[in-house]
Amino acid sequence: MRMLRLFTVGMAAMLISANAMAAELRVGLKSEPSSIDPHYHNLGPNNAFATQIFSSLVGSDENQQHYPDLAVSWEPINDTTWEFKLRKGVKWHDGSDFTADDVIFTVERAQNVPNSPSSFVTYLKGKTFEKIDSHTIHIKTEKPYPLMPNDMTTVKIISAKAGTGASTEDYNSGKATIGTGPYKFVEWVPGDRIILEANPNYHGDMAAFDKVTFKPIKAGPARISALLAGDVDFIDNVPPLDVARLKKDSSLEISSGSSNRVIYLHMDQFRENSPHITAKDGSQIKNPLMDVRVRKAISHAINRDAIVARVMEGIATPAGQLLPAGFHGVSENMKPLKYDPELSKKLLAEAGYADGFKMTIHGPNDRYINDAKVAEALAQMFNRIGIEASVETMTKAVYFKRASRGGPNDSPEFSFMLLGWGAGSGEASSPLKALLHTFDKSKGLGAANRGRHSDPRVDEIIQKALATVDSDARGKLLAEATEIAVGENFGVIPVHYQQNTWASKKGYKYTPRTDERTIVMDLKAQ
Amino acid sequence: MTAFILRRSLQSVLVLFIMSLIVFAGVNLIGDPVDMLINPEADQAEIDRVIKDLGLDRPVTEQYWFFLVNAFQGDLGKSFVFGEPALKLIVQRMPATFELALFSLSIAVVFGIPLGVYAGLKPESKVSKTIMAGSILGFSMPTFWVGIILIMFFSVNLGWLPSTGRGDVATVFGITSSVFTLDGLSHIFLPAFNLALFKLSSVIRLARAGTREIILQDYIKFARAKGLSERRVINVHLLKNILIPIVTIIGLEFGSLIAFSTVTETVFAWPGMGKLIIEAIYNLDRPIIVAYLMIIVLIFVTLNLIVDITYSLLDPRVRIKGES
Repeated sequence: MRMLRLFTVGMAAMLISANAMAAELRVGLKSEPSSIDPHYHNLGPNNAFATQIFSSLVGSDENQQHYPDLAVSWEPINDTTWEFKLRKGVKWHDGSDFTADDVIFTVERAQNVPNSPSSFVTYLKGKTFEKIDSHTIHIKTEKPYPLMPNDMTTVKIISAKAGTGASTEDYNSGKATIGTGPYKFVEWVPGDRIILEANPNYHGDMAAFDKVTFKPIKAGPARISALLAGDVDFIDNVPPLDVARLKKDSSLEISSGSSNRVIYLHMDQFRENSPHITAKDGSQIKNPLMDVRVRKAISHAINRDAIVARVMEGIATPAGQLLPAGFHGVSENMKPLKYDPELSKKLLAEAGYADGFKMTIHGPNDRYINDAKVAEALAQMFNRIGIEASVETMTKAVYFKRASRGGPNDSPEFSFMLLGWGAGSGEASSPLKALLHTFDKSKGLGAANRGRHSDPRVDEIIQKALATVDSDARGKLLAEATEIAVGENFGVIPVHYQQNTWASKKGYKYTPRTDERTIVMDLKAQ
Repeated sequence: MTAFILRRSLQSVLVLFIMSLIVFAGVNLIGDPVDMLINPEADQAEIDRVIKDLGLDRPVTEQYWFFLVNAFQGDLGKSFVFGEPALKLIVQRMPATFELALFSLSIAVVFGIPLGVYAGLKPESKVSKTIMAGSILGFSMPTFWVGIILIMFFSVNLGWLPSTGRGDVATVFGITSSVFTLDGLSHIFLPAFNLALFKLSSVIRLARAGTREIILQDYIKFARAKGLSERRVINVHLLKNILIPIVTIIGLEFGSLIAFSTVTETVFAWPGMGKLIIEAIYNLDRPIIVAYLMIIVLIFVTLNLIVDITYSLLDPRVRIKGES
């Protein structure tokens, strides 16, 4: 009996210590950031990770909606000036006060990090920052610039005191890693772990965990088994194939949500003779993709529901435009195009391709979820309407160069491409500007327009939208541009929106983020 | 001996040089690192800036020349992704890989030789047949798959050992390693066993074949006739003679253990050089790929040299031939 009592006490003690342990979280991450320096590498994993240590002027929630972070309010005071009022009483991790000087320092440094393989110049160029008083900033541009709040969600504000003279190595070692975010930096052992601890003086919702350890686990099966074995409490990027099985496991909590990433097709619309398209007998023909009827036929030939159900295991959403509903600037009139192979055949015949033609679909095989399988499914569907499509996939390291600049004079090499686009700014202007505006190097527009689609009407509306500060008016313009460029011109063909999946131990649930980021603040205890 | 070492060293330098040419040409033929590094939302001007900053706008020959000049000063270039010296990044991760390779090698030797000798001494017994069948499995099962199965069984189902990462480290006699702590040992066991499986099988087969051959030799019969104990016959006369091929293989295999630990390191998220190189290949981080391969070549060349020297110490005939 005494033994039993001792045992019970022991068990109770273990339970209590287990509860105390729950304040520690271990995360299995697919992609490790390449640096802790928030301005070194402007890329997904780095930007996501930095959000936990550093804050930006404008916050971006799980649906990429803006909320006040280090700035409490922002508004345009005239056509070319935005005023940002900064939050008072915010403390840096080292105890000093946050002021406008830190913002001015950040803007200067973020554009001049040595060896940066992708910099924040993209969001900062053409803007002049001016300190009005200790907690007011004016940002001036030459022309009206509506995307100011969007851009200000991207740049993480660093402490001028800690950051003066600091190099990227100083951030990696923690020497200069002083932020205002909910977590403080403790240590980074590259390839092994990153450790953060709660910041008790955070200006927003308090951190839910005393200590967070991130472990980079690249391989999908290894990440899942680490979760199942209890070596980590929370993982990101669950492969779709495993989702159904994990959902049955009562000790786990799975959360999936639509992302801002559309999987779409780019079609050669600038070459009379497209390199990967021939007649069925192999002879040269005029590029059929120049004809809008052919592009429309191709879009109607895609059974989007089947791709989502079979290839994506249900973890995706059929797409009718560039961003899912709910984002700013999407059109309310555009639903996923109906699957109608008969109509496709009719359209092909009208365009003079009743016998079809031969083409190669190019795609990556390690960039998007099930990318190679999607390309294969598409090829089968095209074969049904008489287009003899073959598939060639390759690793992303080879694919993107060839897709962007593999041909003569740095032109895109392929005729028909599978690609994806995530709207970082959370607005339809992002894909419209990059994918559908005429390729224009001097203006920095159409930078990822690999089909070289070009329509002056679309260009005009996009440029007008990019200069319209009024949010509602801009949204209407963007929707209109989408309706023409995608709905009428079939400049690109949307296939589906990717969904991302996270898995955690029972008791915690992740709020899926449309920007695909894994941020521990969005993991809530249930 | 000195002339021998000198000649071999010169050959090694030549091998290194040729290797650098092949590797440099190879990595520059495929893809473009810029597309892996840059934010897709960047415009054309920013893409051009990165191409220029990384020196990718220069002709490959010029890039190679810069590489050679810097390499002679001990600088193998800066990682495109991390912005830190490639050599530093690799050396940082070296201890984890060496520790894993050495631990696997010990598993292979400590279990492989006794099992092989036993199978050689009693070839018809059931135990021997089981050992040999097991070694075939060890040869033929893919490392990636075995790794996942080990994790599923020992970590997920039984919950005995951790499935991922390296454990706590401690420093003993100036060497920092995770094998000096209990947590570290529990972490290293599964990946090391996974990596050792292939080598274990080859050691078993070599030891068995050697035993079968040598047990029939006259000097073994003579030793037995002299009335020596079976233990002495095996431990001294037999073991010493089967060791020569095993030492050769162990030396060479140690190099391949390091070079091919990539798969195991990926499955077990072991923070070593192998994981670094795999990610560098995915991201086309050319300086890391080149530096890593140069280091691996250096390791192989050095190991070969050490094997040759050990060989001559073990087998006097080699020594005599070398001297004449």
